[in-house]
Formats: sequence, C-alpha cells, structure tokens
Amino acid sequence: MTDGSGAATTATVVPVTSPDDPSQVADQGADQVARQGADPGPATPGAPAPPAALGLRGLWKKFGDKIAVAGIDLDVPAGSFFGLVGPNGAGKTTTLSMATGLLRPDFGTAHVLGTDLWAHPDEAKARLGILPDGVRLFDRLTGAQLLTYAGLLRGLDRSTVAERTEELLVAMDLTADRDTFVVDYSAGMTKKVALASAMIHAPRVLVLDEPFEAVDPVSAANIRDILHSYVDGGGTVVVSSHVMDLVQRMCSHVAIIAGGHVLDAGTVDAVRGEQTLEDRFVELVGGRRGTEGLAWLRTSSDSG
Amino acid sequence: MVAHLVRLRLRLLANTLRRSVWQTIGLCFAALYGLTVVGFFVAASIAGGRTDPVLTGQVLTVVGAVVVLAWWVVPLFAFGMDATLDPMRFVTFAIPRRRLLAGLAVAGVVSVPAAATLLAALGSSFAWASDPLALLAALLGAVAALALCVVGSRATTTALAPLLDSRRYREILMVVAIVPLLLIGPAVAWLSSGAEKSVGPEGVTVTASGPGPALLEALTRVADVVAWTPFGAPWAFAGAVHDGAWWLLLARIAVVVVTLGAAWWVWDRALARALVSPPHSSSGPKVRGLGWFARLPATPTGAVAARCATYWVRDPRYAVSLAVVPLLPVALAVVGLSTGAGTGLLLVVAPLTAFILGFGISNDVGYDHTAFALHVATGLPGRADRWGRVLPVVVVGAPLVVAMAVAATGAAGRWDALPALLGLSLGVLGASLGTSSAVSARLVYPVPKPGESAFKTPQGATVATLVAQSVAFLVVLALVLPTLALALAAILGAPAGFGWAAVAVGLATAAGALVVGVRWGARVYERRLPDLLAQVTAFR
Repeated sequence: MTDGSGAATTATVVPVTSPDDPSQVADQGADQVARQGADPGPATPGAPAPPAALGLRGLWKKFGDKIAVAGIDLDVPAGSFFGLVGPNGAGKTTTLSMATGLLRPDFGTAHVLGTDLWAHPDEAKARLGILPDGVRLFDRLTGAQLLTYAGLLRGLDRSTVAERTEELLVAMDLTADRDTFVVDYSAGMTKKVALASAMIHAPRVLVLDEPFEAVDPVSAANIRDILHSYVDGGGTVVVSSHVMDLVQRMCSHVAIIAGGHVLDAGTVDAVRGEQTLEDRFVELVGGRRGTEGLAWLRTSSDSG
Repeated sequence: MVAHLVRLRLRLLANTLRRSVWQTIGLCFAALYGLTVVGFFVAASIAGGRTDPVLTGQVLTVVGAVVVLAWWVVPLFAFGMDATLDPMRFVTFAIPRRRLLAGLAVAGVVSVPAAATLLAALGSSFAWASDPLALLAALLGAVAALALCVVGSRATTTALAPLLDSRRYREILMVVAIVPLLLIGPAVAWLSSGAEKSVGPEGVTVTASGPGPALLEALTRVADVVAWTPFGAPWAFAGAVHDGAWWLLLARIAVVVVTLGAAWWVWDRALARALVSPPHSSSGPKVRGLGWFARLPATPTGAVAARCATYWVRDPRYAVSLAVVPLLPVALAVVGLSTGAGTGLLLVVAPLTAFILGFGISNDVGYDHTAFALHVATGLPGRADRWGRVLPVVVVGAPLVVAMAVAATGAAGRWDALPALLGLSLGVLGASLGTSSAVSARLVYPVPKPGESAFKTPQGATVATLVAQSVAFLVVLALVLPTLALALAAILGAPAGFGWAAVAVGLATAAGALVVGVRWGARVYERRLPDLLAQVTAFR
C-alpha cells in the first residue's frame, strides 16, 4: 500500500523535469503548432500560425493551503478536439474555470483565440461556450425558458433565439420535456440542457467539463456527432473526462494532468505511442495497487 | 439496533460541535438560553402550584397540548431540518422493520428539543408537589406526553412523506406556514386585550391580582375540552387524580394509550411502505410557452427581468416575502384595534411593504447560488444584471405601494396624510432598491440554497448576514431620513406644505438612490464578477 502511493507521488511531482522530454512543457506552444501543421486539420500548412484556441501560461491557483493548479502551460490548437484527462483532484475543473473566466487565477494568463481573457473578458467570453461542472442551473425555469435565457443573455435577437432553442431541443432529445422545470429533470437531462445553453450563441471554442457524465449512451453518441461536425466546421472543443477509451476514440489531442501539472500533451497518437491511452495514463500518473487484499470479497472463498 | 441508532445520534450531535469553535459557542449559548426558558417555565409552574394547583394544572394542560401539537405539525413545514434519522437512509441496510422502528423511536428521544420538552414536562409536574399522588400521575403523564410527541411526529412525517416528496406541495406548505407565524403576535395582542376587557374598569390591577374571572372561566372551559384530545390528555392526569375522579383518569389514560397505539401503527405501516418504495420525482407542473421571456423585451436586461419575475412567483424563498405583504395590513389592524393604537397604525403598511420588497433583492446573488455561473460565463454587462433585477420590483412594487398607501389612509380616515405617505413609501422603495443593488454586488451571505426550506438558517452565516443586513438597513435609513422627517411632521399635523415637500423629496430620493445604486452596483459587479461566483461556490 505505502509503496504504491509513494511511487505515485514521485511520478506526479517531477513530471516537468522528467528526463524523457525536458523541453516538453517549456516549448509546448511551438511543439503544438508544429504538430498542428502536420495534422490533416483545418489549418492550412504554410500560413502564419493561427493563435491557439486556448493558450494558458503559468496558471496557478491555491485554495487555502492546498495548491490546486501549480503552473499549467497548455495550448489548445484551433480546430482540435482536445481531451483533458487526469485523476480525481488533478486540477482539471480548476484549470478549465480559470481558462474560461469563472475563477480568477493567482498567477498566469489565459488567451482565447489570441484575446487575453482576464484583460478583455467580454470579447473573450463572446467566443467561448462553457459547460461548468458542479454548478446549479436556474432550475425554476423550464428547459425552453433556460435556453431562451442563455441566448438572450448573449445578446441574440428573439427570432434567432427561438429558432436555435427549437433546434437544440431536438438535437438533445428534450422536446418532450421542453415545458418541464429543469429542477424536475434527471441528471442526464440537466447535463444536456446545460450543454445546449453553452452552444446557443455559436461560440468558436467550446469548453466542456465532464459533458458525458450521467448522459445515456444514445444521447452521448448524438452529442459526439454534434461535437465532431462542430470541429469539422472549424470550431474547437475542449472536454475533460475520466474515460480514457472515450478520449482516445473521440479526441485529436490530449493533455494528461495530475497534481496540478501537465504531465504530457500533444496529439493523441503522439501521447499514447504504442500503448493505449489508458496504459500511458496509468504509467504517467502511477498509483496502481496490486490485487492483494480484500480476499474475503471473493465469493468463491465461501467464508460467510 | 436501539443502541446503534442512539450512538449514531450522539455521534452526529458531537460532530456538529467539532465543525467549528464558533458553532460550539453558538450552541452553548442556545443551550443556555433553552435551559433558562425551561427553568423559568418550571419555576413559574411550581410557584403557580403553590397558590392554586388546579388553575396551574389547567394552564399546563393547554400549554402542553400546544407543545404536542407543535411536535406533530412543525416538522411538516420545517422539512429537511433534521434528516439524521430519515428512514430512507436505512433502506439499503436490510434491518428488520420492528427493530428499526424501536431504534428510531428511542433515538428520536435523544435530541435537543426532546430533552428540553422532557425537562420542562417533568419539572412542571412539581406544580403538584402538595399532592404526592397527583405528582406521581403528573410525572407519568410527562413521560407519556414525550412518547406522544416523538411517536406522533414520526408518524405524521413518515405518513405524509410521499406528499412532502412532491416539490410542489412542499413549497406550497412552506408559503402557507408563514400565515400562522405572522399571526402569533396579533393573536397574543387580541387575547390579552380580551383579558383586559373582561376585567373591566379596574384593568390596572390585572397584573397585580392575576387574570379576571371571565378569563378564568374561559380557561376552565378550554382546558376541559383540551383534556379530552390526544394532545392534552397526558397533561390532565394529575388534575383527575387531584379531584379523585378515577374514571376520568382512566378515560384519559385510555385516550393516550389508544392514540399512542394508533400513531405507532400508522408509523409502522408508513415505514413499511417507505422502505419498499424509494422516492421518485413525479412529473411536476408544466408551463406552456416562454412566460415572461416572450413578453419582456428581447435584450439581456429584459431577459434578467423575465427570469427574476418568474422567480418571485416560482421560488418559495422569494414567494414567502410576497406572501407576507397581504398579511401585513391584517396583522397591523388587529394589533392596532386591540391595543387601542387605532387604525392609525395602518399607515405603516405602505412604507413597510416598500421596504420588504426593496430589501428582497439585497442578497440576490446569494439566492442565485452557483447558477450565477451563467451570468459570469456569458459576460453579462453589470448594468443589464442590476437593472434586470430591479425593474420587476419597481414595475410591480410602485403601483402596489401606492394602492396600499391610498387604502390605508382611507381605512384610517386620514386623507390629509396621503401625500406624506405616498412620498415616504415611494422614497423607501427607491432607496431600498438602490441600496440592495449596490450592497448585493459587494456583500454576499449564505441563504437557504435553491430547493431548501425557506426557514432554514445556513450554518456559520450569522455574522455575515448580520453585517450585510445592518449595513443595508442603515444606508436605507440614512437615505430616507429627510423624507421621513417631512412625512412624520405632516402626519403629526404640520401644514399641508410638508406633505407635498415629502412627495418631492421622496421621489427625488427614490430616483437618485436607484440610479446611483444601480450604477455603482454595476461597476462593483463587473470588477468582482469571478469573486462573487467564488463566494457563492464556497457556500456549499
């Protein structure tokens, strides 16, 4: 037990200076852009490098004595489907909150398509669609009202809001519950209506914290299709998730975060190499225990 | 099982103490206060028992019946306040029902209110100290009464749990509960005035010589009836013994035993049903169309206004303060008539309503809780947020306050006071709305979260709440002071010019406070946007 966790701590504390790739974090930006050029993505090779959809530099956040995010540098190339993975408490939600204007960083900057978010929040936020994790919604509104509210807050006109509300309700399979109060929605429906309200103003960058949690498989597949066509149309999606298989299948790029640091980032194929993403993740993050112990739980041992 | 649940209960009590030092200190003060009240009650009943045990017994019967009734009814309104022994939490543990029931019953006794009730009941039994047999009966009655309290309250809450699971019924109950709460004061005033009138001209001696004969007669009659109800019967054991009415005693014991048995049976049945039917969210009410969103302008400000207007009706935390408004004149009229202050007291209604409405949005971001993240994420301009929250209250509040002022002056027959009252009421409305807009961007304090009981006080909120509310109150008071002075002068008989001056100053105060408050609030809001969200997020 103690051995396992000891190994885990070493792995999470020294990642930045890890010998395999010392330049990894420092040269993140250049690295990313170079890879981006090689990708069959929407960016034209040879043209001046487009600004990253999200550019994070030296983000720090401390809550009391606990350092949640300890100097994160990360570039999300425009037009990528970017997965952010990490164990529980790795700082994913904190990072995404600071990258989207929901949480003021202690240090560091965040740029959205080249605009400094914390210097020009209005301009940057207009290009962002956000699905935060663990916040309430205005749940005394019906689903249709909530979407209308989100659209009007973004300054859209009435007919555009009405049109997009209808289309989003259909896309999220919520038409039958359009007049039900969000407080009476199931967890998956709540997630879907929150996702819809993040997309209503046609943002350039979508930042989704755990978008598939509690969502049924059919809706999840529909949402994945929507996100893929959004990326094909030039948009950028950032999702955080625990589900490695999903990220490996769905995303073009991935960053592995643990203990408030970026352990590795790049295209999914570059990060995972010959392994599956899950194996690579466990290798980087550590903390796997042997299967010893809990012998009594094996029902075949027939002791109880 | 009994031992386990009692230990669980004690552990939960101890853990609340360990959460913070201030909470422990607060609880100590609460306990001290409770002990003092119980002590006074016991001392009063013992003193009463010395002079007139029969009369004291009658008073104790009536008071005791109210206590038992409160035990049965209050938890229905105050749902979610103490869910530590909620049967639903034991569903997955496969505990035989009989043992669970016994355990829950005994553990229900281990609580602060139960301890206070038991102490008060046992202590007040010593009103019969002069008659040992009656004393014994009173002590037994006290224990029986506590059993009735605990089993009865569990029976009503468990049996009505399916109803309380429905969000709509819960919210309606919550708003309805405000009615008795608000009418307690006037009821006391009315009763005491009844006592004075029954005494007649020598009313001055009332306090010295005790209540008058008419009141005594009424009390005897009420006590006789109450003693036959399940709520009053256990408290009347001693009275029957004292009178030597053994058949009466037997009948009262029968009432208690039958009630106890019935309550136990209901609880058992309800628990059996609850354990196999987990709570399900029934499909709630629906609203066709977009409501206010379709009617108000399609701008960010209009959208916030539409959302706030929807919440004033839909969210019980707002609706409770709206429900108070129509009750205010009733309460004030009763107090005014019974205390002899006359209908003049009605003049307070309009400014008071204006203050309640304006103060209602003084912690609006706290009420939003983390749903406020939507405003942060959309980069909503501060002006849109502030005006959107203020406008529905202005649009509904101003005509309402004017109508109340007119009605009150009419009812009080003081048409001469109308201009002064109008100026004061509108001034208070504008000043309190402006102050709320500014303060709510700066000071946020925890309130019941969306969906929680409106009567629940969040833990560790007292100081922040006190600071924010007194700051807001003092600012409002300072702003309306000139208007208040002019209006008071006019109402108390100064020349009519004062009244019209009050109108002018009141309207100027309202407009100025509103514009400045909203502007300043908007600037602070934009600067502190993420910090506001961080604050409400910390309220979990």
